[in-house]
Order: sequence, then C-alpha cells, then structure tokens
Amino acid sequence: MSKLLTLTLNGRERVDAVADNVLLLDYLREVVGLTGTKTCCDGGECGACTVLADDEPVLACLCLANACAGRRIETVEALGESGRLAPIQQGFHEKLGAQCGFCTPGLIMAAEGLLRRNPRPNEDEIRAALSSNICRCTGYVKIIEAVQWAAGLGAAEKPS
Amino acid sequence: MSDAPAPSGAIGAYVPLLDGPEKVTGAAKYTADFLAPDALCGRILRSPSSHAEIVKLDVAAARRLPGVKAVVTGADCATPFGVLPIAMNEFPLARERVRYRGEPLAAVAALDEATAVRALGLIELELKALPAYYTADEARAPEATDLHAERPGNIERDVVYELGQVERGFAKAALVREASYRCAEVYQVQTETHAALADYDALRDRLAVHCTTQVPFYVHLMLARCLAMDKARIRVIKPHIGGGFGARTETLNVELICALLARAAGGKVRLVTSREETFITHRGRPEQAVTLKIGMAKDGRVLAVDCETVQRGGAYSGYGIVTILYAGSLLNAIYAIDNVRYHGTRVLTNTPPCGAMRGHGTVNVRFAFEALLDTMAAELGLDPFAVRRANLLRAPTRTANDLLVNSYGLPECLDRVEQASGWQARKRKLGQGRGLGMACSHYVSGASKPVHWTGEPHATVNLKLDFDGSIVLLTGAPEIGQGSSTVLAQIAAEVLGVALARIRVVAGDSELTPKDNGAYSSRVTVMVGNATVAAAENLKRRLAAAAARALDCAPEDIEIEGETFRASSQDQGLDFDEVVTAALKEAGTITVSGNYSTPPEAQGGKAYRGATVGSTVAFSYAAQVVEVSVDEETGQVTVEKVWVAHDCGKALNRLAVEGQVQGSVWMGMGQALSEETGYFQGLPLAANMLDYRVPTIAESPPIEVQIVESNDPLGPFGAKEAGEGSLAGFLPALANAVVDAIGLRVTELPLTPDRVLRALDRQRRAREREAARAARQKT
Repeated sequence: MSKLLTLTLNGRERVDAVADNVLLLDYLREVVGLTGTKTCCDGGECGACTVLADDEPVLACLCLANACAGRRIETVEALGESGRLAPIQQGFHEKLGAQCGFCTPGLIMAAEGLLRRNPRPNEDEIRAALSSNICRCTGYVKIIEAVQWAAGLGAAEKPS
Repeated sequence: MSDAPAPSGAIGAYVPLLDGPEKVTGAAKYTADFLAPDALCGRILRSPSSHAEIVKLDVAAARRLPGVKAVVTGADCATPFGVLPIAMNEFPLARERVRYRGEPLAAVAALDEATAVRALGLIELELKALPAYYTADEARAPEATDLHAERPGNIERDVVYELGQVERGFAKAALVREASYRCAEVYQVQTETHAALADYDALRDRLAVHCTTQVPFYVHLMLARCLAMDKARIRVIKPHIGGGFGARTETLNVELICALLARAAGGKVRLVTSREETFITHRGRPEQAVTLKIGMAKDGRVLAVDCETVQRGGAYSGYGIVTILYAGSLLNAIYAIDNVRYHGTRVLTNTPPCGAMRGHGTVNVRFAFEALLDTMAAELGLDPFAVRRANLLRAPTRTANDLLVNSYGLPECLDRVEQASGWQARKRKLGQGRGLGMACSHYVSGASKPVHWTGEPHATVNLKLDFDGSIVLLTGAPEIGQGSSTVLAQIAAEVLGVALARIRVVAGDSELTPKDNGAYSSRVTVMVGNATVAAAENLKRRLAAAAARALDCAPEDIEIEGETFRASSQDQGLDFDEVVTAALKEAGTITVSGNYSTPPEAQGGKAYRGATVGSTVAFSYAAQVVEVSVDEETGQVTVEKVWVAHDCGKALNRLAVEGQVQGSVWMGMGQALSEETGYFQGLPLAANMLDYRVPTIAESPPIEVQIVESNDPLGPFGAKEAGEGSLAGFLPALANAVVDAIGLRVTELPLTPDRVLRALDRQRRAREREAARAARQKT
C-alpha cells in the first residue's frame, strides 16, 4: 500500500507516493535520489545513514519513510550555503576527518545534531554523541579534531 | 610547526585531500550511488552447505518467473579466476562443488528486488554433503578429503627454508626460548559493501563495469578471462571507494557475477551486496598459529630464529601463497638477524577465502616475535628498548634473504617514542592494573614484483596540457581514501613549480587513464609517485624548450620561477599562459608519459622458491608505546594512549601521513582487543557490525604521531609508505603493556575479557600449584 507522504526535506516541502514498507533510507536514496546518505550495515549497527529529523539525529535505516510525515528531514546535502561548506563540513575536510568518506555523511549529521543542541561540547560529549557511528579509516582521532574545529574549540581552533 | 592546514600544496605541508569537498557534501559517488533507473536488480543464491557436491541446480522455474531477465549459474563460466597465474581455482559461481557456506551458486537479474528475491526461492538445489574442515589441523589430517584435486592434503603451500646457520646460532645463545601464539581470523570491514554496476552493450558487444575495487586493472583482466571477451571491449571504472584495507586487492566474484548477468540479460545490472554477503566474500587475515624459538646473546642480540606457522586459508587459493611467503620473508629487514629458519604452511579449509589484509602476512608473526623478544629481555634483565637497539640494522644493507634496505629510521623512531611516552620514568611505575608496552614493525613500499608479471613498467602516469593551461594527471592508481590522488597532484605541482590548483587528477577509468596495478602493498606513493616525477620532468622539459624558442635562447638557459619562464633574470619572461601557447604552437595539445620500474637490486634474491616476495624499493619502520589499564575483575583491557613514530622517508603530505598512521595503529587495536570472525560449522558467527566488534569512538584512544624522515634515495622526494607499517606493532605492544600492568602474558588474540579472565585463572592455578609444591618440599 502506498500513501502520499508529505514532509520537508532539506528545506523543501515534498509530496511523494511511498509504499508502507519503504525505509526512510531507501526513500532518500532511491526515490528522491539523494545518495549522500549511505547504506553500510544490514540495519542499525553503523550510523552511516544518520540524518536529522527535526534537528535530532535518527538512523534512516531503522525508520519508515511514512513515519516521517510532517517532519523536517535534513541530509548531508542540506548543509552549507551558497557554495560554502558548513563549519562541520569544513572541519571534516580541513582536519582529515574523512578518508574514504563513506561513513562521513552519517558522522557529519550526528555531529551537526550535537552542535545544534550543544554548540561547545567537551571531548567526552563528542565521543558520546558519535559513539554509534563506525569509521574504519581514521581511528577517530581526527574526527574529534574536526568537530572541535567546527565548534571553534581548543587546540583545533578555527583560524580567523 | 603549526598544524593549521597549509593553503599551498607544497611537499611536506598539511594538505587536505583534493576530493574532500565531495566527501563532506555527499556529492562523492560510490558504486551503489549510480542509480540507473533502467538497471536490473541482481541477487545471488548462496550455498547453505560448507562442502558438498552439487547434485542438482535447476533454474528453469526461476527463469520462467515474469520480470526475471537473466539467471546464471556455474554452467555460464567454466574458466576459473584468481590472483596468481599458478593458483586460479575459484569460479564466479560454483561448479560441481561448493567449498564454503555462502559460496555463490546462481544469480538472477530481475526488474525489481522483490522479483529477484522470489526467483532465488524458485531455484531447486540438491547437494550431497562432503566432509567439511573448519580448522587447519582438521583439513591437513591424513584421512581428510581434498578440497581441490590439485592441492593434495589440502596444502596450498608448504614453505621451508633456512638462512645462515640456525643451530650454530642457538648453540652460541645465552638464552633460548620457544613459545606459541595464536591469532584469530579478522576481517577488513571496509564501510562500503561490495557492489557493481555492469552495463553490457549487446549491439556493440561492449561491457562497462563500475565496481568497488582497489585493483581495476586485475578486475579488467579477470572480466576478459571469465567472460571470454576481448580486453579492448571492456571498460572498468573505479568510482569513489569506501575503504579497502586489502579486501579488494583481488577480483571478487561480485563484479564477475554482475557482468555475467548483464551479458545474459543484454543490458544493465546493479548488484549491491548486503553487509553479511560482504563479510562472507571475506579476504581477511587468516587465523594463524605461530611457534617461535629465539636464541639470544646476553646483551640482547638475536643469534637465531626458528619460526613455524600455520594459516587457515579458506576454501580457495587467492593470495595464499603470497601471504605465507610474506610471513617468513618479513621476519627479516627489521633487525640484523643472520640465522633464520622458517616453516610456513598454508592450508585450505571450508571457510570463506582469506586475502591480503593491511600488513599482509606480517602482522601475526610480528606479534609473536615482539612478544617473545620482550619475554626474553625481561629474563636477561634488559629494557625492551635496549633489546631492540641491540639488534638494529646498519643501512644501507642487504638482509639474509637478500632484501634491500637503503634507509632505516627505526633508531630515531625508538628515540622519539621512548621520549614522548616518558618511558624511562614511567615504565613499571604506573601501579597494579596500569602499564606500558612497546614494539616495532615495518612494511614494504610496494611489492617489487607484481603478481601479474608482464615486464611492463611498474607504473605509468600521463600528464595532459591543453590550451587552457590546465594540467590533467591521468593515472590508473586507485584513490580509495588513502589520499593517493592528492599526493600525486602535489608531486606534479612540486616538480613543475605550478600551483596545486592547476592540477586535476583523473584516476581509475580504463578508457581514459593508463593501466596501473592498483592500490595494494603500499605501492602507490613510491611507484606511481616516481612515475609522476618522471612525467612532470618530461613536461617541464617541453615547456622549457618552448620558452627557449619563444625567447630565442638555449633551453638550458631558461630560468623557471614559479609559473614564470625567463631567458635571464633580467628579462620580464613569459607567464604560464604564454609558455603554454608557445608549446602548443609546435605540437598541439601535449600529453607526456612518465614511467617507473623498480631497480633490479630491489627485486629480491633467489635464496629459496618465492624469495622475491618481500622485496621492495624501501621499507617503512615504526615503533610505538601503548599505555593500558586492565580491570582484573572483568578482564577488560582499555587502551589509554598510544605514541607512535613512523619512518615514512619523507612526509609528502603530513596530514595524510598522520591519518594513515593513526588508522593503522587503530586497526591493529581492533585485532588486538576485540575483533574476530568465528564460525559454527562454517556458519559465520559475526557477519554483522554488532557481533564483529570494530572499536567505536568511545573506546578509541588518543594516538600521538611522530613523523620520522629518513629520506630514502629511491623514493619520490625520499618518501616511503605510510599506510600499513605501524599496524603490526600495536598487537605486541598491547600484549607487552598487559604484562607490565598485571604481570600476565596472553599469547592468544584478541585480548577479549573472557580470554584475559581465563589466562588470569590459569596463572592463579599455576601459582597455587607452585606454592603447594614448594610447601611440600619444605616439609
């Protein structure tokens, strides 16, 4: 059974006919064509598909698209404006928080969610907020620096 | 030095990756991101049995299902594929027999996923079970059935040799000790699951394949072989790749099956495997037992080494022969050891095939070696640093197995981590439950002999210069996240003296880029980097010649300053655009090539069969100190901090080197602490990212990287590898730190809480027995 799904995706209102069994992840990737959000595990284990729903990080692979009716969904493609990277994106780029880049969209959205509710997180808070996102390249050291850079914190402070 | 990102692309600076913006915006396209609405959906039927004859495989009903466009089985490809020309024994889809649980049997392409899944359910399968072997010992028992007729006794390769005079070495030793170690099988868990998009143009008989690979050239060869197609009709495209770590350094059945389906369907097929299927495709590091005997002089010098090791290789040959040869070869080239005996056995078993995981072949043997070194140093009252310093090489030198060592930064690595960690002040002084351990490791910067030996140069790079002044660097070298495209662009910019922004890199498309062997054995920086130097020098000569003609002087009088070319320091000279115009006037668009081949002296010796494995242009070296805390109630080992020094010859991009070294150390930590595959009667027990315990950010320590630059004479600007060499040292450094923390030597990895508790229990009982015996003797 398909339903008409109305939601706000990356700042635009959309209406799509979506079957009841379609995951938010597959809706984003296969229906809308926003492939920045990644499929990595077989469900709920790695965080690569993290998006924001009303500013809160959610796993798009554990969420039915139709359950998002009326909500405000943001993916990695929504960050940044007028050709400029958002601070969290800039941080991941400058500090090498992304190597292969496959887990990066999920980590960036989890970190963005953290910074929206806590703009100056300490290291423990960063670790806690990103602890359900698996990265296999970096050992996480530079990911922590990337988030600190975006938050303008500590040794990794943003150059003015 | 400030760690702020450098705006320039200068060699030695902190340069963010050129493809970083795509990765942080979600614009980077990985194989599964090519949506192709006209593509069929591919799905694979996998074996439910570990070892069986295929009695019946009837796909007629599946073929008849509306919406199914193609079904392929082993009958569609009778040509085996593999890595070494002498060891190709795997078929894209099983023929006659299945040899591991999850091996592909058949595949379908259908209009949608639901139809594809329904079609798999309509395939009738009848298997006749054969005895299955899940350990190396079972598989090589005398009565075992052979998995492959051409591998009697299930031995993939038995390697036996002796260098120097081992028994004489032991006879002279003040201390001889032997110990056994065991490492569980581990898997790469690259974050991107395996996928392929194959497009077969039936009208022109042409095939284009996008796939998740580190070796597009080898995939190209195997596609031509298994599909019996002319290589010229095939195009292989490597898009962005979500990690490799060796899982993709060989052609996998995924891309071959996808191509077979596309040709059978006469169209386009998208095959994206699940995480579980990606685990089962495997090619990880084998389960390995190591028995090691070392003879040591009083001052810590190693006088003789005897190493016996057995690897559980899985059901097919893959890289097996190379892996078991590496394990022996790289006992050498880190310390000065003249007398080495090696016996390595690679065994075929009914488990998924192992492969060339990061630190290929060396990691488990290095664990054993550095652990035993520490044990013996303690018995002789030597500091762990002192025992390593007693065994240092003097470069330049050749090892007992004829490996070339031109540069050797290990002494400086030792000094740097000893100092940074405060070793001398803190060792043995951190109190019960907390400790420090250290170890060393090394790795090749590219295998000197490629597995597919044709006599061609090892690497070729093309540079294209056109009217717009842009320079396009064309390379087959696969950027897989390690930063190779950025480093190659930096090299070209440095040689040419132009801005980094002038260089664009096109990598990994067989229709556009020159052939490259691939991203494996840490070969790209040295081999493709040297080819880039050669190409850029060729282009620079062309530009200088054009400038000389325009300025009416001799080419050798041209002075180049940045992007300005002058006949003498007085004249105004030509800017880059003017030089380009002058150069193109002669020849039109310019494309130059640069080649690199490893020099013969770096191609290893003939001391034994397979002695070229391990030979390389240059070795990287690393030393690390690990600080742990151990909870003796729960058995939990926590890594508090790591100090690592890595000799990469010259850091072309400090940011990338730091990232590679941190990633290597951390991947070693996963293997040391929590990662293992595990099977129950061939069924994977941890084929998902919950049960297979990759460390999360919560338990990952700070890793402080020191870069040591030994400036190798054969590396580009002196560079050597940075992405593998510091992995192996973590495992023994951790085990050695646990000894310091709680006085317990654990010889089995990973050091999970249950293993630690069992070892503590054994230790307690041994102490009680000892105490009881002492008490009896007293009375």
